[in-house]
Amino acid sequence: MRRLLLTSLAFLALGTAAEAQNRTRLTVYTALENEQLAPFKAAAERAVPGIEIAWVRDSTGIITARLIAERANPRADVIWGLSVFSLLALEGQDMLEPYTPAGAAALRPNFRSGREPMTWTGMDAFVSAICFNRVVAAQRGLPRPTSWADLLQPAFRNQVAMPNPASSGTGFLTMAGWISSQGEAPAWNFMTRLHDNIQVYTHSGSAPCNNAARGEYAVGLSFDMRSVALRNQGAPIDVIVPTDGVGFDLEATAIVRGTRNLDAARRLVDWTVSREANELYGRFYALVAHPEAVTTVQNYPADFAERLVNQDFAALAGRRDELLREWARRFDGKSAPR
Amino acid sequence: MPDGGAFHPRVSDEQRLMKLALGGAATFLLLGLILPLGWLFARAFQDASGGFVGFANFAEYVATPSLAVSAWNSLWTAALTTLLVVPAAFTYAYALTRSRMPGKPVFRAVMLLPVLAPSLLPALALVYLFGNQGMLRGLLMGESLYGPIGIIMAQVFYCFPHAALILCVALSGADGRLYEAAAALKAGRGRIFLTVTLPGARGGLISAAVVVFTLVVTDFGIPKVIGGQFPVLATEVYKQVVGQQNFNMGAVVGLVLLLPAVGAFLLDQWARRRQGGFLSGRAVPLEPKPRPARDLPLLGFCTLVAALLLLVVGLAAWGSFIRFWPWNLSLTLDNYDFNRFDSAGWGSLWTSVRMAAMAALIGTALIFVVAWMFERGRVAGPLPRVVGFATAIPLAVPGLVLGLAYILFFNDPWNPLGFLYGTLAILVLNSLVHFYTVCHLAAVTAIRQLDPEFEAVSASLKVPLWVTFTRVTLPICLPAILEIFVYLFVNAMATVSAVIFLYGPDTKPASVAVVHMEEAGQISAAAAMAVAILMVNVALKALHLAMAGRVERWTQAWRLR
Repeated sequence: MRRLLLTSLAFLALGTAAEAQNRTRLTVYTALENEQLAPFKAAAERAVPGIEIAWVRDSTGIITARLIAERANPRADVIWGLSVFSLLALEGQDMLEPYTPAGAAALRPNFRSGREPMTWTGMDAFVSAICFNRVVAAQRGLPRPTSWADLLQPAFRNQVAMPNPASSGTGFLTMAGWISSQGEAPAWNFMTRLHDNIQVYTHSGSAPCNNAARGEYAVGLSFDMRSVALRNQGAPIDVIVPTDGVGFDLEATAIVRGTRNLDAARRLVDWTVSREANELYGRFYALVAHPEAVTTVQNYPADFAERLVNQDFAALAGRRDELLREWARRFDGKSAPR
Repeated sequence: MPDGGAFHPRVSDEQRLMKLALGGAATFLLLGLILPLGWLFARAFQDASGGFVGFANFAEYVATPSLAVSAWNSLWTAALTTLLVVPAAFTYAYALTRSRMPGKPVFRAVMLLPVLAPSLLPALALVYLFGNQGMLRGLLMGESLYGPIGIIMAQVFYCFPHAALILCVALSGADGRLYEAAAALKAGRGRIFLTVTLPGARGGLISAAVVVFTLVVTDFGIPKVIGGQFPVLATEVYKQVVGQQNFNMGAVVGLVLLLPAVGAFLLDQWARRRQGGFLSGRAVPLEPKPRPARDLPLLGFCTLVAALLLLVVGLAAWGSFIRFWPWNLSLTLDNYDFNRFDSAGWGSLWTSVRMAAMAALIGTALIFVVAWMFERGRVAGPLPRVVGFATAIPLAVPGLVLGLAYILFFNDPWNPLGFLYGTLAILVLNSLVHFYTVCHLAAVTAIRQLDPEFEAVSASLKVPLWVTFTRVTLPICLPAILEIFVYLFVNAMATVSAVIFLYGPDTKPASVAVVHMEEAGQISAAAAMAVAILMVNVALKALHLAMAGRVERWTQAWRLR
């Protein structure tokens, strides 16, 4: 009896081991929000047989730094859900595997790599937005802004927090959006006037909205999706998508050059551009790459897509160092917080 | 090498063995510290594509306007923090070791609270107290918390136990005979303090100042969270590495950061050379007698300090039970349901415990043996000096820099140690190396309090060195060894900056989960995870305190007359 039990146990162990071996474990680097990881993994593993997703999730800056530091010996198989600016930096270092996923041609043209074969494909757009604390604004008699230009009013002096573009990708995107929508010289002029109303340039991209939610500032400049978790916890904040043109970033997908699981990585990436996957993204984001996918996220203005500026990601990524130097020259030298 | 008196035995097999072992230690430090840092710092002399550019990056960096400002800010905030912390820590340590005030075990335990918790806790508590919605914001008289004020307050809190620990060790090793002699010579109390107590603690005071100064200069967590836009050198590293993925410039700033720390190290060495081991084999422990004029003010001071420490931690703990500061202060346990915020859930805490336990077990044994060989091995040549210098480096290296260096070195395709990458083992190694310096200092301090005569006598009695080590040195130093174990464990539980680059899909530590939840705006949940880490550390510390009394009675009885 005991022997029988042992034998069957051994077979059971062998069986599960064999099953695990059949599934290819893909290491996927991502900057997706925590609550998106489980549904994304479940949906992908259901749709693509034979793969298992192992996430490494961190903030955009950390994940990008890790990827670049690991360049000599890549550990990630796939990048799924990382800023397109990061992917363009990786592309510049020849770190992305050229591959056009099946069906990628159906994606919006400005949501995919211009190369042939493609190096990355977009998932969804996230935009820079204003996190506005209603309670603090009422205490201090601040008007509700609807555009970037509104933030220049003297009433907002020392009320605005934004991420430092040199420390945070969010900060760079916010700045890039102004440059794309207003033109370069007017954008610097705008930032110089906004500088008078800035209370603090934070190092973290999420801090302005998080701290605005806690009432530390009345206004925090950040991304739209930052606020969902905060509002669910009862923070009195509104997210305002300004009417005078917003910069946006794409979350995007790519295969890491040098992956040891190229075949499985390709199958996963094929699925990430599908309409089904895009509808999954649409549960969290208002604008996704697949034009036919239906988005179900709430609380976005109807003309959301029209507010997005026309943005040349590659050109902006190429000028990043230059723009950051100029930003630092103008605004970073001032030491004392005001 | 400390002078061991006139006793110079011939080179024996034993010494060859000792030299070999010290060589092993040097190899370990080479692989775990020097080579990774070399891999990174080489980038300081390269351009983005890997070509050699000499000092071009340094020239570019010197030309940026923010350098002078951030260097000056780093120096003055570190200096001011040191000036605030060291006298307070000295008074506190003096009360614990040289007075008869009641409640010493409690004060000793409370003193450690800041190192037991991730640095997010004091930052959160300061926001609750002095932020723009804070309960006591009026006390800042219109000044903003987010800047030097916040940085210094948080750093004072964070550095206090480090200084107090070093000073407790320094003050507890007094020779009672010196005080008897001074009293017999009719020296006044003030004079005894100035001529016996202070000189005896000089090494400890300088070490404490060096440690605090270096901690403040290299820490980026506190300036990042609460420093607003106040630029310091450590946040410059963050900007370069994480903000812009410019490793060349990150390496340049990392090298610049080593400078003040190297200066501080040389100062420390100079001071130590002037002070030999002073607890001779004939020393008797100092037994302070009750004296209310001294004990009561000290009790008042310690109560105040302990109350402040408890307030900060208590406030943050309260923050882990509220729904959302400051709008909804109703209490809830939901924040501890970590699965709602992070897919690893409570699992990351278990990862942290395993990592910390391994780092503490391996690290304590390794660090103590190395420190002993370094101090008492009588190895000739430059080897001990090299090892000594290497042990001082980790304190001066920001965790971010060490983490990046580890990726570049251990992930290099030809590195035969590459199999470690992405495993729990590399997190263990990294934590162990990251916190090496203070442990080494503590071990050396404990060993130096033993008269080298112990070894000399053993040698003349032809007792092998290792027997002296296991029969005399180890038992006498057991309290210090336990301290080192606890120090390594609690720091490995709380550390973020280095491991954030190194964890793999299955090895995410709880401290990293704290950062992730904070970034995602789940502030109460982040506080809850930080409190969970704190509780694990408090439990270990409580166990340690319960054991320490017994260990003390068992191993230190010889000191009594």
